[in-house]
Formats: sequence, structure tokens, C-alpha cells
Amino acid sequence: MIDWEIVVDNLPAFASGLVNTLILLVTVIVSGFAISVPLALVRATRSPYFSGPVWLFTYVIRGTPLLVQLFVIYYGIAQFEFVRSSVLWPLFRSPWFCAWLALTINTVAYTTEIFAGAIRTTAPGEIEAARSIGLSRAAVLRHVIWPSAWRRALPQYGNEVVMMMHATALASTVTIVEVMRVARDVYTNYLVLTESFGVAAAIYLCLTIGLTTLFRRLEKHFLRHLSRSDTSHTSGQRAERLNPKVA
Amino acid sequence: MFQGYLPMILEGLRVTLSVASVSLAIACFIGLIGASAKVYGGRGIRLSATAYTTVVRALPDLLVMLVVFYGGQILLNSISETYGWGYLDVDPYIAGVSTIGFVFGAYLTETFRGAILSVPAGQIEAGFAYGLSRSQVAFYILLPQMIRHAVPGLTNTWLVMLKATALVSIIGLDDMVHRAGLASAATREPFTFYALIGLIYLAVTTVSVLLFGAVEKVSSRGVRSGGAA
Repeated sequence: MIDWEIVVDNLPAFASGLVNTLILLVTVIVSGFAISVPLALVRATRSPYFSGPVWLFTYVIRGTPLLVQLFVIYYGIAQFEFVRSSVLWPLFRSPWFCAWLALTINTVAYTTEIFAGAIRTTAPGEIEAARSIGLSRAAVLRHVIWPSAWRRALPQYGNEVVMMMHATALASTVTIVEVMRVARDVYTNYLVLTESFGVAAAIYLCLTIGLTTLFRRLEKHFLRHLSRSDTSHTSGQRAERLNPKVA
Repeated sequence: MFQGYLPMILEGLRVTLSVASVSLAIACFIGLIGASAKVYGGRGIRLSATAYTTVVRALPDLLVMLVVFYGGQILLNSISETYGWGYLDVDPYIAGVSTIGFVFGAYLTETFRGAILSVPAGQIEAGFAYGLSRSQVAFYILLPQMIRHAVPGLTNTWLVMLKATALVSIIGLDDMVHRAGLASAATREPFTFYALIGLIYLAVTTVSVLLFGAVEKVSSRGVRSGGAA
């Protein structure tokens, strides 16, 4: 039933597609994490002048489809003459840069809310105790608040990473030849489902299993002090309205 | 400002909302069946429901959508060949709503399963003890209480789904994203139109959150809460 010849012939294409998917995913996750952590600290402050703008940013991004965000950046930015004549133009003309930017902005919005929710649920006593033994504000953040917030956020953050892996498939709409694009091309060339989308599905399934296993390991490592309680996974869907009481 | 394209975009909004709400209905239907299968089904049924929710949630929505779209096309053609009807086209609207319904049915299966399990078993037993039939127990005892527990998950699914409908433009459905593409090509102002539909999505999301908040309040009436509410 499966034409293995087609599968074998296109394996190199799928392999390079997988490499592109992974490059996109890793760069997005790394930059997303690096931006989300400081942004979450700002979002979790009590002052509305600081947390308000961050809330607005995450609200707008979480309330619009990623595909539209991608199109605004990839097709939209080119509308402005001043961008086209600026030094940034080679960047915005590149589908890779645009896909990376759109996916990063998107994951930053969700990740910031996840981390901020975890930061807000830090037990006040822990902070008071740390301050009373003379730790500076920065030291409290680094040694008390963040380590415990990170652990509370981990299950949800793992979910977000899996969602981003799925979201890389949208990069196929802006000419990036990742797994999804390869599958669509193979389908157009041979008009067969299993050998095109079936192979892609197998790849995505393996990636999902790989990532969930990785995060289960991370949870085991970081949450070993809670090993007797249940750190069950959420539904695998992004929380659109994040509950402030994450833990 | 929109060079007369605003009515056309708003017509696309109608398509987007229609796709989203029909998909939600389909997803709810699949979700209820899936949840009952997981809670009440035998081993085989339970396993297949688990396979469905696990596989669908492990794949990108776009992939599942294209498989259903092209697969449906192939299936339809082979049926039509057998009966000699000639070439048939899969309607992108039907393909769109059935795929989105199919994908989010998996998420709602989990939501509804949790909701069923949150209704105390004693109440179901009490219903049977009073001589109610299975469907009476389902409609008068299980469902009304399930809704309360399902509303947060349902809200979440609706918001994710609303945004997922943007993908139907890829299989050629004439939704808001597709129309924004047409308008940008005609006016050479892609930013204007993609940003415009972004804002429309944001408005719909905001209204949805408010509406579902009201539903949550109504469905939780009579429930004692710890807060000052």
C-alpha cells in the first residue's frame, strides 16, 4: 500500500526539512526564553506603569492568529518605503528572519504570561525570609524567586515548546522548506498521502514524543523535591486565559 | 483608508465566524462522544479514543487539515469513480469545518472527560435509584453540571479555534485572511489589511472572553465559592 520507493527517494528532502524545522525551533525557543524572562519580571511587578504595557503586548499577540502575525511581518513591513530603503531591508526581505521574528514574538507573549504567573505565586514568606537575612533585591530574584517560579512554570512551558514546534509548520507559507513544505511538495509531485503527509506526521509525532520526554526528564530533575505529588501535564493546549494561580 | 475594501473584509469576517462556530459545534459533538467513549467505553473503544486524542494533539493543525482536505478529495474521487459521477471537488468550507472540528474535538474530549468525572458518582446513582432512564440521567443530571466544569476549557478551545480558522485560507476558503491577501495584492498595502484583520480578530477575542465570562457566571450560579462573590 505504501510506495516505499517514493518514501526512500524523498528521505533526503525530509531530512533537510527536519533540519530546517529544528533550526527554526531552536532559535525561536532560545531567543523567546531570553526575552521572556526579563519581560515576565516586568509583567509581575505591582506597578501598572510597568506591567501594563507588557500586558497589552501579550494581550494583542495572544488575541491574534500567528498566521496573521507572520503575514504582517513578511508581507506587511515591505509596504513602508522607509524600511525598504533602510539597512534593515535585507533582514525583512528574508523569509527566515521574518519567520523567526514572528514565531519569537508569538512565543514571547505566551511564555511571558506563563513565567509571570509563576513569579506572582511565589510565597510571600519566602521573599520576606530572604530579605530579612540580608539578601539584596537582585539576589532574592536570582536565588529565591526565579528558581521556584521556573519549577512551577515548567509543565506549562514544556507545553508551549511543543506548541511552537507545531507552529513552525506555518513557516511553510512563507517559502521556508521545512518538514511541512517538503510534505506539500511531495504531495504535489506524486499525489500520494501516506508517502507525503504520512511521513511528515511520523516526523512530527517523533518530535512531540521527544520533546515531551525531554520535559518529563526536566520536571523529574527540577521537581524531584515534589516527586510524590502529581505534576500531571496539562491538556496540551495553550492556556488562552491564564489562571493567575498556576501552582 | 481601506480604499473601499472594508465591506469585503467584513464579509470575510462572516465566513471566519461561521467556520469557527460550525467547527465548535462539530468539535463539541465529537468531544462529547469521545469523552463518553473514554469514561464509559470498553477497552477497545477507550483505546481508540485515546489514540485519537493523542495523535491529533501531537500533530500541527495545518498537517491534519491538509490530510483531511486532500484525503477527502481522494476518497470522494474514488467513490465517484465507482459510481461514475465524474470529477467531484471537495468544498473547502466543508473540508475546513470538518477538519477544525476534528482537531479540536480531541481537545474537547479531554475537557469533557474531566467535566464528566467532576460530577459526583452518587448523583448519577441517585438518578438511577429514582428510576430515571439513562438519557434522563444524562440530560437532567450529568449535562447541566458538566457545563459548569467545561466552560473554562470550552472558552480556551474557542479562542484557540477562532485563531486556527486563519489556516482555512491555505486550503482556499474565502475567509478574512484570504480576503486580506486579495485586498493587499490589489492595493499594494499588505500591512494595512493584515493589521486590520489582526485588530478584528482581537475584537472578536475580547468580546468572546466577556461573553464566556457571563456564561461561566450563569452556569456557576448556586455554587458556593470561597471568595467574596
